[in-house]
Amino acid sequence: MLLALLLLPLLGGIAVAFLRDDRTAKLAALAVSLLELLLVIPAWLAYDPSGDRLQQTLSVDWIPAFGVKFSLGIDGIALVMVALIALLVPIVVGGSWADKLPEGRNAAGFYSLLLVMEAGMVGVFVATDVFLFYVFFEAVLVPMYFLIGRFGGPRRQYAAVKFFLYSLLGGLIMLASVIGLYAVSAEQLGEGTLDWATLAEVMRTADTSTQVWLFLGFFIAFAIKAPLFPLHTWLPDAGAEAPVGVGVLLVGILDKIGTFGFLRYCLPLFPAASHDLAPLVLVLAVIGILYAALLAAGQDDMKRFVAYTSIAHFGFIGLGIFAFSEQAATGAVLYMVNHGISTGMLFLVVGMVIARGGSRLISDYGGMAKLTPLLGGLFLLAGLSSLSLPGTNSFISEFLVLIGSFDNQPVFTILATIGMILAALYVLWAYQRIMQGPVRGNALVGAGGGPGTAMAPEIGARRTISDLSGREIGVLAPLVVLIIGLGIYPKPVLDVIGPSVQATVQSASEAPAAQGGN
Amino acid sequence: MPTSSMFLAQQPGQAPDVDYVAILPVLIIFGAAALGVLLEALLPRNQRWSVQVGLTLVTIVGAGLAFGYYLSDAPENGTTTLAGTLSIDQPALFLWGTLLALGFGAVLLIADRTVEPGGAFVAEAAIRPGTIQDRAQVGSASMQTEVFPLTLFALGGMMTFTAANDLLTMFIALEVLSLPLYLMCGLARRRRLLSQESAVKYFLLGAFASAFFLYGLALLYGYAGSVKLADIANAAAGTDRSDALLFGGLALLVVGLLFKGSVGPFHAWTPDVYQGAPTPVTAFMAACTKVAAFGGMLRVLTVAFESTSWEWRGVLWAVAIASMVIGAVLGLTQTDVKRMIAYSSIAHAGFLLIGTIALTDQGLSGTMFYLLAYGFTTLAAFGVVSLVRDSTGEATHLSQWAGLAKRSPLVAWTFTFLLLALAGIPMTSGFIGKFVVFSAALQDGMAPLVVIALVASAVAAFFYLRVIVLMHFSEPAEDGPTVSVPGAFTTAAITMGVAVTLLLGVLPAFALDWASGGGFAS
Repeated sequence: MLLALLLLPLLGGIAVAFLRDDRTAKLAALAVSLLELLLVIPAWLAYDPSGDRLQQTLSVDWIPAFGVKFSLGIDGIALVMVALIALLVPIVVGGSWADKLPEGRNAAGFYSLLLVMEAGMVGVFVATDVFLFYVFFEAVLVPMYFLIGRFGGPRRQYAAVKFFLYSLLGGLIMLASVIGLYAVSAEQLGEGTLDWATLAEVMRTADTSTQVWLFLGFFIAFAIKAPLFPLHTWLPDAGAEAPVGVGVLLVGILDKIGTFGFLRYCLPLFPAASHDLAPLVLVLAVIGILYAALLAAGQDDMKRFVAYTSIAHFGFIGLGIFAFSEQAATGAVLYMVNHGISTGMLFLVVGMVIARGGSRLISDYGGMAKLTPLLGGLFLLAGLSSLSLPGTNSFISEFLVLIGSFDNQPVFTILATIGMILAALYVLWAYQRIMQGPVRGNALVGAGGGPGTAMAPEIGARRTISDLSGREIGVLAPLVVLIIGLGIYPKPVLDVIGPSVQATVQSASEAPAAQGGN
Repeated sequence: MPTSSMFLAQQPGQAPDVDYVAILPVLIIFGAAALGVLLEALLPRNQRWSVQVGLTLVTIVGAGLAFGYYLSDAPENGTTTLAGTLSIDQPALFLWGTLLALGFGAVLLIADRTVEPGGAFVAEAAIRPGTIQDRAQVGSASMQTEVFPLTLFALGGMMTFTAANDLLTMFIALEVLSLPLYLMCGLARRRRLLSQESAVKYFLLGAFASAFFLYGLALLYGYAGSVKLADIANAAAGTDRSDALLFGGLALLVVGLLFKGSVGPFHAWTPDVYQGAPTPVTAFMAACTKVAAFGGMLRVLTVAFESTSWEWRGVLWAVAIASMVIGAVLGLTQTDVKRMIAYSSIAHAGFLLIGTIALTDQGLSGTMFYLLAYGFTTLAAFGVVSLVRDSTGEATHLSQWAGLAKRSPLVAWTFTFLLLALAGIPMTSGFIGKFVVFSAALQDGMAPLVVIALVASAVAAFFYLRVIVLMHFSEPAEDGPTVSVPGAFTTAAITMGVAVTLLLGVLPAFALDWASGGGFAS
């Protein structure tokens, strides 16, 4: 089952690469991604939350000389992330349908890379061998790099290289720790292994200083990926220059590899180190929440704005994970899903605004809701979900994180709460500037070739701006349903992630240095 | 079979036993090389090329078959022959296999005549550049076919070098492999001056390195009273002889070896020679010389100097760091593709040295696997470099590679894949190679070195990325180079390199098993 989830987009992506016709390529990519979504359903149904920690496992010897196995398996956390990937990719395919690609690029290349990246992302979440995880972790970089570099905005080369180098540096530091894990297991078991479950047993008894060194290797890689302050500077560039659809996957899925890595690798493998270094992580998380919120409020570029809101949200997820309470961690995992949905939607909506106005700058817009009421309404909904208004999905996760963290880390929690207020500020302010008031701004009234309209210098007379097309409504509808649905009834997701989160938090609390977890 | 340490080669009237089956591959190579020289004298000019190419390829395949035959029931712990001067053990066999395969690929590149009409080699290397004869020569389509026997001599020397079990044999093998290479560097059809400069530079510096090696050999003979590696090891273990001779000798010896392996800070020749030499020869040097040099280094350090490793390992730590840093940092500033790959090879030499000085089984197998992986990747990379040309020959300046993906997507993606392999991205052999070498080093307590190596890899990744950016994201230049349609030979060589790079990245198990088949016999 998991193997099929992995192979379908990979083979589909390779096949799409050979299609010459743009329309066929798009249709094929859509078909593959929808089929992937269908395949997730049986995997979800077959998953038994009260069963084993890792389910639907598959394990084949890969490199026996190093005890490396090709092993797949999912727990609740991985399952919801895989479901999120399978959900977002068809939406992204639909959302990118009418994108104008840079000159000389064809759609086949774009969608092929997109599907290959989907395979890589699924792989990251279903791998249960640390080596295999690392392989997918790095392999995802390559299609992403080409997606940004070939299909992105004006500064795409810079953004692509910055993204790749940051991630690669993190990955290589992690590689040192992966090799370190292998060495430790070889020392303790006589024969090295990189199997996650075995390593979790082995590392439990490792001394704290070893744990701290290895933890740091993983942590830096994940902190770059997530991104935590001060390693976040690549995300605004990459997010701003990436095509909208790719940006959705970047902030929606790719960044969560970092937080997923905290949960799957940092906590269970290095419990003592996680506890010792938690204050450091929490400080970075809270700085991230506040600092990114202020930067988001100050952004004039809409895509950078979304990227900064995303960094602020990752601070919350980090807080939830490193507070070491079950409630907070549950909130954090739920946050990962919700963030993918709400920020993904925000990114898409922003993309639709940009597609109409031809400019990324907020100052080029004003009163747009008068021209496009439906787009305005959905922008507001995505924004409200992003600022965690009660009744939307994000509220529940943010609430769980804050309430769960308060017992263990009251100071950090109180500081983080300020971030919620700032979120309301930056989201509503951006909404107000773009959508409310009289219709104004170069992008809408068409002063033509103004300073902010670099993306479409040919704008001449007053443009006709139309509201959402049927395709765009179809793309956004599932997200709207999920935002409201999960806001009212999050139980299906909570049930699935509950036991896995519990096991993760417990494995981190049983350490010798454990403090009182719940 | 007599054991090596009891047997004295100098003993009069008693010919040493020779295990002909074991050394048959080397004999075939040398025999064919000698035959090639004769053919060169006897055959009419118009037949030479086809006969030489046929002979060389058949020879390597034949040597490969002989090698495969011996391998199928080779003694597990290896054997020594020719009075203990050659040790045919598992590492030697692995490296022989690697050298034969890489040599085959290199000969394919050397034999190609479709990319550059008449081949990449000049007909008369002795003509002074810039003269009338020289200009006339550029137009002609003839080439010097001695390059094929020279390649075989070099290949035979390399194989002997990796199996040499005493220092004198090693020195002779070193000369046999080096002298043809000096010549071959000067044979480039285009840019004669650069090519001749590279030949002279390589020859002069190589001669110094050989002299260092020989001086070290002499000192070690003075110390141990023998040139055999095993005797040196015995002498070094618990005697009251002067350590000055031992370490002086070791230092000089290792300098000679590091020079051949283009390890920084003994790398100064590498960029110039890589740039000036004809690209197929550069490919041959980059892939095969590295295998031979590190094969020899592994054997010398493990067999002869393991017991004193505490004394010298710190120095080689510093050398490895220097090599990685020089390669990665100076590589950033390069604007020529061949020089860039040269600096990349210096950085890779640093990684290889880390595995070499681990002196463990994992270090040995990891380093050998790395050599195999790196050899094929770099061979294919130079193969691609030889395809991108403009009217003056190969277009090696980086700016000329801009927008290559638009003109020729297949070549650009192939080169991208190879660059990613050099950078060590998963699913390529480069990644597995790094993993095995670094894990061996970490298990041997060299964690700081591993961290430095990983940072150096990240820095080096930047210049590989730069080329990828240029090829894929930049607009092509107006008068940019064209990509030649490669002939069958070059296509075969590149395909082989890419296929092995991918195969060793996805399914490395069989090669790793073979590499960890056993240790040195002496």
